[in-house]
This record gives sequence, C-alpha cells and structure tokens, in this order.
Amino acid sequence: MKVKRTVLGLAVFALLAYGYYLAMYAAPTEATMGDVQRIFYYHVPSAWTAFLCFLANFMASIVYLVKRGQRADAFAVASAEVGVVFCTVVLVTGPLWARPVWGIWWTWDARLTSTLILWLIYVSYLLLRKFSTGGQTPVLAAALAIFGFVDVPIVYFSIRYFRTQHPQPVIGGGEGSALDPAMAKALLVNWVAFMAFAAILLTLRYRLERLRQRAEEAHILKAERADAESTPGAEIGRIR
Amino acid sequence: MNAAVVVPALARARPPGFWSVLEATLAKDLRLEWRSKDAINPMLFFALLVVVVFSFSFDPTAEESRHIAGGIIWVAFLFAAVVALNQTWSRELRNQVLDAYRISPAPANSLFLAKAVGNFLFVAVLEAVMAPLFMVFYNLRPLGSSWQLALVAVLATWALVVNGTFFAAISIRTRSREVMLPLILFPISIPALYSMVAATTAILAGDASPVYWIKLLGVYDVSFTTASLLLFETVLHAE
Repeated sequence: MKVKRTVLGLAVFALLAYGYYLAMYAAPTEATMGDVQRIFYYHVPSAWTAFLCFLANFMASIVYLVKRGQRADAFAVASAEVGVVFCTVVLVTGPLWARPVWGIWWTWDARLTSTLILWLIYVSYLLLRKFSTGGQTPVLAAALAIFGFVDVPIVYFSIRYFRTQHPQPVIGGGEGSALDPAMAKALLVNWVAFMAFAAILLTLRYRLERLRQRAEEAHILKAERADAESTPGAEIGRIR
Repeated sequence: MNAAVVVPALARARPPGFWSVLEATLAKDLRLEWRSKDAINPMLFFALLVVVVFSFSFDPTAEESRHIAGGIIWVAFLFAAVVALNQTWSRELRNQVLDAYRISPAPANSLFLAKAVGNFLFVAVLEAVMAPLFMVFYNLRPLGSSWQLALVAVLATWALVVNGTFFAAISIRTRSREVMLPLILFPISIPALYSMVAATTAILAGDASPVYWIKLLGVYDVSFTTASLLLFETVLHAE
C-alpha cells in the first residue's frame, strides 16, 4: 500500500516536472505578451481543476443528503478544501499576469468577479463546517453546498453584462482561437498533471477526514460505555 | 428514545394542516413583535445610522449621488435585515420551542414560510419608513417609473428574507451564531444584491431599462424559494 502510494506520488511529481519543462522551455514565447503569458499554463489548469472540485463537492453533498453515508461527507469536505486551494491559485496567478499585460492588478470583469464570488461561497462553506458543532455539521454543510451551486448560474447571468476584459477561451472558442500545438500540449500536460496532483491531495484529505470521523465515533462509544457502567441498570445496556 | 412512546398517541390525532400552522405561527410572531418591537426598533435605528454614516463618505446632494444611492439603500437594508433574521429562530430557543417544533407532526415548510413571511413584513415596514427618509436625505426622485420601483422592492425583499430565514436556521446551530449568518448569507446573496442595486439605480437615474434585472430577481426568488422548501425539513431535523 505504502509502496503504491510512493510510486504514484513520484509519477505525479514527474508529470508536474514534465509539465513545468513544457511550459517554461518547450512552448514558444507568446508574440505580444512575452514570457508573462507562460503563467497561463498554470492559471487555466488550476481553474478547471477548481471547478471540477466544486462540482464533485456538489454531487457528494447530494449523495450525502440522500444516503447519509459518512464517506460522501468526507469526500465533500475534501473536495471543497482542495477546490478552494486551486481557486486561490487562480485568483493569485490572474493578477500576476494582469499587472504587466493590462496594467492593473484587478478589474471587476465578469469572469474575475464570478470566480471571486465562487471562492467566497466555498470559503463560507468551510467556515460553516468549522463553526458548527456536533453531528449536524454534514447536513447543514450539504444544504449550503447545494445553495452555493444553485447560485452559480445566477451569478453568471448577473454579471455577464459587465464589460468583459478577460481573454476569450482559446480552445474551441470559435474564430481566432487557434492555439500553437506546442502551447496546447503544454497546457494539456499541465492540466493532467494538476488533476493528478489534486486527486492525490483529495485522497489524502479524504483519508484524514475518515480517520477523524472514526476517532470521533470511538470517543462517543467510549463515553457511552463509561456512562452505562456508572449508572444503575448497566447490565441491560451491556446485554444489548 | 421517547419517540416510540409518543408516536402512537400522535398518530391517532390528525396532523395539523399546512395553512393553519402557517397562520398560527405568523400570527404569534406578529403579536410578539407588535408587543416587544425587538426586531423593528434596532433595524430602524441601524438603517438610520447607515444612512448618516454613508453621507460622510461622499457629497449626498450631488447629481452623481443618484447613481450610488441605489447601492447604499440596499446595503443598508441588507445589514438591517440581518438584525431581524438573527432573531427568527433564536426567539424559539427559549423554553425549547424549536425542539417542540421538531417532534411535532406539523409540516416543516409551513413553519418556514410563516417565518419568511414574518421577516418579509418586518423588512417591508423598515423599507416603508426608511425609503422616504432616503429620498429626503439624498435628494432623490425616481426619474423612471415608480411602480417598477415597488416591484423591485417586493422581489428584492423576498430575495433577502427567503435565503436569510433559511440560513438563520443553519447559523443558529453553530457557535457564534450571530456572526455566522452574514458570513454564509452575503456570498450567496451577491447576485441578488447586484440585481437589486442595478435595477434601483436604473430606475432612479432613469437612463436604462431595469427589466433584465427584475427578471433576474424573479429567477433568483423562484430558485431559492424552491431550494429552501426542498431542504428546510432536512435542516430542521439535522441532529
């Protein structure tokens, strides 16, 4: 088990290193933006990964509400946390690119604003998880997750009338969207590498959450047993 | 544990109807509020403070202030509404009333709707009192149509209270509950807030059509009322 994990970790590391090589050296320098454009190979894969994590969180929340399994809840919290991490990467790398290219760090453009709102929603989800007590946390969090996801299309429609400064999608985005094959390769390899990296983080966080759940259950059982032994009529409890 | 004993006795009695529970709860809340004014007084004073404090950050009588007044009005109402929303369920914690609701066979959604309608009325009273004051202090006069402004007010208030009532039921279960409500309510309300501000500004300035924003507010109201009604029972019974 441990060997398998190490091998998997090394493979992802190698993939990330290969992606780094492609992004920094193999891909041609962009004509107008220069080397700054290379941040795109990290910005875009992070965004896709974050959105997939939020989608996973939404689905896990529904599964939890239907089946009430602790596994689904552990998956929901893991995917939300990993999603917030990658969304933070998006929000940090974006301004780093925007400052030299647009001349400003931030603009209240449709895409930037909706990503920021998405980030706010999932941070509030994590805050709720942190501040709610006892066994009701998963239910409350799942309800909030569903509300958050219902909000996404409305957020999109509320700010699509903003003037958009963000570059249009370069892949499959209609005319003028042709991406140099070397650039496309760097982007795709990095995306696969980021997804694998996210998957590893997700698995580790999921396992940690399962351990926490089991430890909590053990504590409750222990307390109940101590309770049963110290009260009269404990034999009945023990026979059961 | 005790549920097994209680249930057969309740099963014989007919469960109370949807509308009768709604009516009873709403009447009780309105009577409580009428006698104590626990929600409306702090809300009014808070909104007044926001108006005064904001007036120092720009020249409120300038012609351009017409374009930011919509934002200030709704931010003031949103902040003030949180005062009422926080009391929605905390009022039921005394004497374990909320636990009694949980074990009663009364439909959960009628309880939710009663609370949401109650909050709607409280915030509507707040708006009715504060709106004229805003008009005076910020030298406003709608250049667009007034009936559209009324429609925006109704849709926007419902948008704030339907989510607020639902999230108050969530935040009441957390530590530091009063702080938690705005933290979970505001991020999700951003599109509603943006729509109501854009619609109000369009009407006050009279230079754009607010129809798109009114429609979006309608979509928001319908989506989140549906989501709340689907999920409220689950949240109420969360253990």
